[in-house]
Amino acid sequence: MDTRLITAIEVVVGVPAVLIAYIWGTERLVNLAPERLRPRIRPWLWIAPALGFLGLFLLYPTVRTIIRSLYSKSELTPKFVGLDNYRWFITNDGARDALLNNALWVVFLTVFTVGIGMLVAILVDRVGYEAWAKSIIFLPLAISMVAAGVIWKFMYDFKAPGEPQTGTLNALLGSAGLGPVAWLQSPSLRLSTFAMIAIMVWMWTGFAMVIISAALKGIDPEVLEAARVDGANEWQVFRKVTFPLLGPTLAVVSTTMIITSLKTFDIVYTLTNGNYDTEVIANLMIKEMFTFGDFGRAGAVAVVLLLAIVPIMAFNIRQFRAQESIR
Amino acid sequence: MTTVAVPEAPSAPQMAARRPARPQRKFVLHLAVVVLMIIWLVPTVGLLVSSFRPQSKLSTTGWWTAFAPPYQFTLENYQQVINQNGIGQAFVNSLFIAIPATIIPIFVAAFAAYAFSWMEFWGRDVLFVVVVGLLVVPLQTTLIPILRLFAEWGLTGQFAAVWLAHTGYGLPFAVYLLRNFMGSLPKSVFESAALDGANHVVSFFRLAVPMSVPAFAALAIFQFLFVWNDLLVALIYIGLSNSDNLPMTAAMANLVNSLGGGWYLLGAAAFMSMALPLAVFFGLQRYFVRGIVGGAVKG
Repeated sequence: MDTRLITAIEVVVGVPAVLIAYIWGTERLVNLAPERLRPRIRPWLWIAPALGFLGLFLLYPTVRTIIRSLYSKSELTPKFVGLDNYRWFITNDGARDALLNNALWVVFLTVFTVGIGMLVAILVDRVGYEAWAKSIIFLPLAISMVAAGVIWKFMYDFKAPGEPQTGTLNALLGSAGLGPVAWLQSPSLRLSTFAMIAIMVWMWTGFAMVIISAALKGIDPEVLEAARVDGANEWQVFRKVTFPLLGPTLAVVSTTMIITSLKTFDIVYTLTNGNYDTEVIANLMIKEMFTFGDFGRAGAVAVVLLLAIVPIMAFNIRQFRAQESIR
Repeated sequence: MTTVAVPEAPSAPQMAARRPARPQRKFVLHLAVVVLMIIWLVPTVGLLVSSFRPQSKLSTTGWWTAFAPPYQFTLENYQQVINQNGIGQAFVNSLFIAIPATIIPIFVAAFAAYAFSWMEFWGRDVLFVVVVGLLVVPLQTTLIPILRLFAEWGLTGQFAAVWLAHTGYGLPFAVYLLRNFMGSLPKSVFESAALDGANHVVSFFRLAVPMSVPAFAALAIFQFLFVWNDLLVALIYIGLSNSDNLPMTAAMANLVNSLGGGWYLLGAAAFMSMALPLAVFFGLQRYFVRGIVGGAVKG
């Protein structure tokens, strides 16, 4: 039998067993301590495994990456170079290009997913086949970005003018008498970046829709009815009542989408690998790491990404605290 | 991390037709919804049809021509993908990776979530906020040091590397989701158990765990899909040193990038990789939605 299978089974059974034994064992140990101290020791033993993993795989490497970004490329004897890697990032055309593209991702992916998600949530709320409609819009979220990339590679397929177009979009354009477009090979106007943003909109609209729809159902119908009785038309009801009530939810969905946009990697890596002016920060980092073997610069790129996300993290924590205080 | 209430899944028609609308407005509404549904379905359906078409047809005609005679469909792409292009092995690898990487973090997170919910200790709230903050740390910032660490431990290329890494990366979300659920369980239940002499271990296994089954289900689905669909982590910790252990996503990415032959197999490969997520999605949609709405942010 495959030894990897045996290892996997051992891990699936063994790790939970060890963890359960750990909790039992520590409870025994805690009971040896003076009664007064027990409630102070016990919680730390319960969260210790989680803190260990978080420390080792998130906190420690983040600190190390920040330090590494201040050193030079050489693997064996990295020299301290201060902010040189960051200077390279700011003055490098490719990096600025990636920043610009990420800005496009942030603006357009967020606006379109939240906008269309809200529109769909409101529309399907009024039809009998709501569950079906939602499932269909939501479905792409379950598949990998690589699979989504493959799906859209066939949608965007491009053949030289004159040949029969096998890509769905170019065939549609062709039947309207318009020329084929090389969707994924067009740097001009950053068309290829927008083509990939469209793929992610297709994937993530369902996410926005589900959360907004949940909030929509939470709005008291009497409030809306009251507005209608007062003579407000549907548009006014939406603008003056529904939209403000959805505010906090839209903020939460938007922050998630902004973070997703900043971390964009899989789609770009699979479809263009940054060619045709589609580079993004996350892909740039992987390139510096593996194509150029420059861990200093790769670290600097990662830190830039982290810095972009910190304000959003702060916002999230504030939201979270406000929410906790009303619990 | 959301302020909305936990909803039920997309459910039976709710309050259809809130108010009688004029017929033409109703028509526009239905038209808009149906058009959206079609737009969202076409890409997937197109690839599904393509995956059953012979190679010779794929490069010369669009997938929609398959619906006119002569109807030419074949299973050959799937056979080739499974046998020749290593996708079959990659599918098995994906399972090897995803199942332990789903189970381990759930156990680790459950203990921590219980402690955060039902034990008092100094620094508890601050610590929990730190965990929530870690939700958004980009994985990219952790790659270089962890890769070095794994290299020192001789783990690069091994499944164990991704099991450990996914446990770490999945924990903030797992702790957050479970703590929110466990924390909202009725306090009186735990108090009366304590009065009856139950210690924390007993109330964890007898009360907290059985009552939190929906949250565990949501978390398991979410973590499983996250790991199954992951490309980056597998690429970095496995791909560089041992391509035999690569999961579906990485094998597919290789197939896309290798411009030579094999591109006609992409459809079949993509559908094989989607089979499990789609089954999970259709079978357990209720929990999936709850997972998403219950913890909207994932790092």
